[in-house]
Amino acid sequence: MGNFLFNLFAVFTVVAAAGVVVNKNAVNAAMCLLLSLVGVAGLFIVLDAYLLAFLLLLVYAGAIVALFLFIVMLLDTKSDARPQLTRIPLVARILAFALVAVGVASFGRLESPDPAAVPALGASLKLYAYQLFTTYLLPVQILGFLLLIAMVGVIVLSKKFEGLEDIR
Amino acid sequence: MVDFYLQLHPFVQGLLKGLAVILVIFPLGGVCSMAERKVSAWIQDRPGPNRAIVPWIAWIPFFGKFLQRLGLFHVMADGGKMLFKEDSLPDHVNKFYFVLAPIVAMIPALTTVTVVPFGAYLDPAGRVIPLVLANVDVGLLAVFAVASLGVYSLILAGWASNSKYPFLGSVRASAQLISYELSMTLSVIPVFLWINAPGAEGTMGLGKAVEFQSLPGFWGGMWFIFLMPVSAFIFLTSLFAETNRQPFDMPESEADLVGGFHTEYGAFKWGLFFVAEYANMIIGSGVFILLFFGGWNPLPWIPIADLVGWLHHLTGSAFWANPFVVGLLSILIFFAKVIFMIFVFMWVRWTVPRFRYDQVMEIGWKKLLPLAIANLLAYAVGIAIVQMKG
Repeated sequence: MGNFLFNLFAVFTVVAAAGVVVNKNAVNAAMCLLLSLVGVAGLFIVLDAYLLAFLLLLVYAGAIVALFLFIVMLLDTKSDARPQLTRIPLVARILAFALVAVGVASFGRLESPDPAAVPALGASLKLYAYQLFTTYLLPVQILGFLLLIAMVGVIVLSKKFEGLEDIR
Repeated sequence: MVDFYLQLHPFVQGLLKGLAVILVIFPLGGVCSMAERKVSAWIQDRPGPNRAIVPWIAWIPFFGKFLQRLGLFHVMADGGKMLFKEDSLPDHVNKFYFVLAPIVAMIPALTTVTVVPFGAYLDPAGRVIPLVLANVDVGLLAVFAVASLGVYSLILAGWASNSKYPFLGSVRASAQLISYELSMTLSVIPVFLWINAPGAEGTMGLGKAVEFQSLPGFWGGMWFIFLMPVSAFIFLTSLFAETNRQPFDMPESEADLVGGFHTEYGAFKWGLFFVAEYANMIIGSGVFILLFFGGWNPLPWIPIADLVGWLHHLTGSAFWANPFVVGLLSILIFFAKVIFMIFVFMWVRWTVPRFRYDQVMEIGWKKLLPLAIANLLAYAVGIAIVQMKG
């Protein structure tokens, strides 16, 4: 049962993720992203990581994709014209293809670790919280600062600062 | 009967249990819309719906007239109207998402029920076992996670309608829902800080919150509304905003947006939005009662186990020790509280005027959120001190 559900959710996730890339309509793409995230949450549930599944739904599916959709609808992009291939998307594409190639090449070659030996940190609420505040305290703090920087960046970009008076 | 049920495959058992709960929630949504009309009439000092009646009931001399005045048959009339009315599909809409939106509205409303306990029974050892479809230790987190998907139905409905007012309504809805989710989540953390004492198994289950309100002693039997009034206030306010009820019904606000996100909808699709709204209200009220109003305990400081014990003692019959009777009693108590909360929702709706959109944002971000953070910090320090002493 578990294996069947895992395969089902895995295929569902990949198909939905492909839908994000292939769809020309931005709203359809955002909805596919939502489905893909729900599929990943399903995978987490099959793996007994309930906490991760619900956090994924709460943060990504519930808030972030909703904001994506919100922005897409506000901008109302209608043009089907493909954007010019500038340098940054080109580099990103090459990197992405390289990553996929490495992933496919390593398929079946790497020995997956014994499931019993992997500590199930996402299984219990308490264990998860304890790990966040002890072993992984530094990464959590660094990520927090990254988000803070992004937030400050958004404020700087969206507000026009011309003199010191604007800040006060 | 019971033996036959236990023989069934667990999958079929789960299906039956789920269907039973849906069969309660779905019609309750319809009944709530009726109650809303009746309560609003009562508050505004007018008779309200009092005409519809089935002929052969009208022939009953005194009782028939009474039922007619009560307006009970308007539920059936309304339901029939919604089902048989022409279900128009405007030309200018995005057909796929237009049809999808009302369906999406129902999904979170009926999915969150699975983790909300609605009663309890005593096992032979005298322990209280909650009645719930899925008893997972992430409980409340699951409710929040699935309920947060409800925003999609509003966004999609507004966008797919492809006209001005629905779109404005859906834009307001998504901003409002995301803003108030933060305060709501922060306001319940003190409850779980309190019930997850050091050394105990970590949980966010709603059944556990009730268990901690039915302990012996002055502090043990206290409902969390008395222990954490500010949390309860923030939670309730955010609940009004999350369920789009007045004074926070920005997505609809018929005074300035015609009908908000469902302007273009009619017939059964429109009905689904309404049933979903009431189902969300029922579940939200249920969660509020479990967290702050002692769940299925009849009165503060009197847990259900004590009540059943006294009844057993007074009457001396084994009737009160039967788990079915206890389960039914607890469900009745819980539902009485839920119905009272729904009445409070309606009471507020017909008493408080609607906020303006900028006021909604200001209350959410500049008042409720700082209050929630301050409340959380205060309780975190307080609980740490109490638990270090104890």
